[in-house]
Amino acid sequence: MIIQGLAFYLFSVIAVFSAVMVITARNPVHSVLWLILTFFNAAGLFVLMGAEFLGMLLVVVYVGAVAVLFLFVVMMLDINTLNLREGMAEYMPVGVAIGVVLFAEIAAITGGWVLAPEIEAARAQPLADPGAVSNIQALGNIIYTDYIYLFQASGLVLLVAMIGSIMLTHRTRPGVHKQNIAAQLDRGRTVELKKVSTRGGI
Amino acid sequence: MADLWQGYIWPGIIIVAQILAIVLPLLGAVAYLTLMERKVIGAMQMRRGPNVVGPFGLFQPLADGLKLLLKETIIPTGASRAVFILAPMITFILALIAWAVIPVNAGWVLSDLNVGILYLFAISSLGVYGIIMAGWASNSRYAFLGAMRSAAQMVSYEVAMGLIMISVLLTVGSLNLTKIVEAQANSVWFIIPHLPMAVMFFISTLAETNRHPFDLPEAEAELVSGYNVEYSAMTFGLFFLGEYANMILMSGMTTILFLGGWLPPVDIAPFNWIPGPLWFLIKVVLLLYIFIWARAAFPRYRYDQLMRLGWKVFLPGSLLWLVLTAGVLKATGWTPWN
Repeated sequence: MIIQGLAFYLFSVIAVFSAVMVITARNPVHSVLWLILTFFNAAGLFVLMGAEFLGMLLVVVYVGAVAVLFLFVVMMLDINTLNLREGMAEYMPVGVAIGVVLFAEIAAITGGWVLAPEIEAARAQPLADPGAVSNIQALGNIIYTDYIYLFQASGLVLLVAMIGSIMLTHRTRPGVHKQNIAAQLDRGRTVELKKVSTRGGI
Repeated sequence: MADLWQGYIWPGIIIVAQILAIVLPLLGAVAYLTLMERKVIGAMQMRRGPNVVGPFGLFQPLADGLKLLLKETIIPTGASRAVFILAPMITFILALIAWAVIPVNAGWVLSDLNVGILYLFAISSLGVYGIIMAGWASNSRYAFLGAMRSAAQMVSYEVAMGLIMISVLLTVGSLNLTKIVEAQANSVWFIIPHLPMAVMFFISTLAETNRHPFDLPEAEAELVSGYNVEYSAMTFGLFFLGEYANMILMSGMTTILFLGGWLPPVDIAPFNWIPGPLWFLIKVVLLLYIFIWARAAFPRYRYDQLMRLGWKVFLPGSLLWLVLTAGVLKATGWTPWN
């Protein structure tokens, strides 16, 4: 258990430290890199809890895809880091006010958190033998049975987002040449292929 | 004290020994893969390849390594130092740690993870960071262009790779790599039912490792050398080692998913005399040969063609195959679970 404890503190200390660095780093690209380190350590915490599937999913989806695109965009922006702090005093009160409101809301919610009685009962039951059923099976048993409608609905939301982004980018502009691969391959015998014997030449 | 020894120190020593048993042969394999590449391409172009250092040029990789080690590491003035040095390290380390879950024989694996294939997928999707960080930190236009191309390319082909993996997972019913191989022992190698996917997966691994004909990130004709143009000495060496270790890793992944891992082709006398790890090695070397062959045979893709292949051919194709696999398994009742 000592190893687990040490690993937990290692992951959580690095996660908190890099999360702080995300908002304090001057260079936006460095911020994104710190954010990636935060994700990575959060994945480590998931694995430590025995939720290895969620941990891997976090790495694949957030670190492997979302953060790459994020980094991509931030690198393309030519941000002048010196001018970033110009309006600091002006925007500070608004920012602090929003932060306080959000924090108060979260505190109110977590303070008054009450679980439904059936969930409370489910929590009191001992967990199924972790060796018998794997992470993925356990998740699948819940997602595809009890929460199938919510699961399908979230799929639909993603589909709508996908169609929306395709519609936004898919426009026909005049004067743009497009390659028609089928037509090119179908142009007949304008080019002659010759079978050349090895070490013989033409 | 005895408790400490039994509980922590002795297992720690065993784990370190196991890690060394994986990493050292891997580094040797990487070194000799570079020689194999030069020899094979030499033969394909009717040259001899390296043949001066040692018998048949066998010491050439050592000489190359020594040269890289002794050269001066230059960090450009405009570079972001920490990120610049971190980038090659990340590339190299990611190529190594993925091997923790690769089984080379029944039970011969450092960590028999339940989500082994997902771990591999996660690690290989992180490989893009080494390149993108190198491109940005170099503060050079060529390097940056190479990194941008690479990021787009690797993200695109990962999607198809993930879908292909899901088709295989459906036929196995487990994400454990050992179980995937065992499932092929009980039926046939998955290259037979999943042949189109095996080909697509292999082509995707070519794109994922930035190898020819998809080596646009380092296209030397346009980008000098792409993302690693500012790197010298061992920082460059780590990129180089990482790329080749990734090639071996991807070949190992294809072997496990489609070519039956350590299994002999047929379980009869002359074939099952050869031990499992040797079969694994033979298959990996065969795939690496195809990697090199592709480099010698094909011209580089144009960037828009690369994107078209990834998004308009591989993605719909693998999605279709996934639906087809699920449908066939359900209709015939061959589902591995109940």
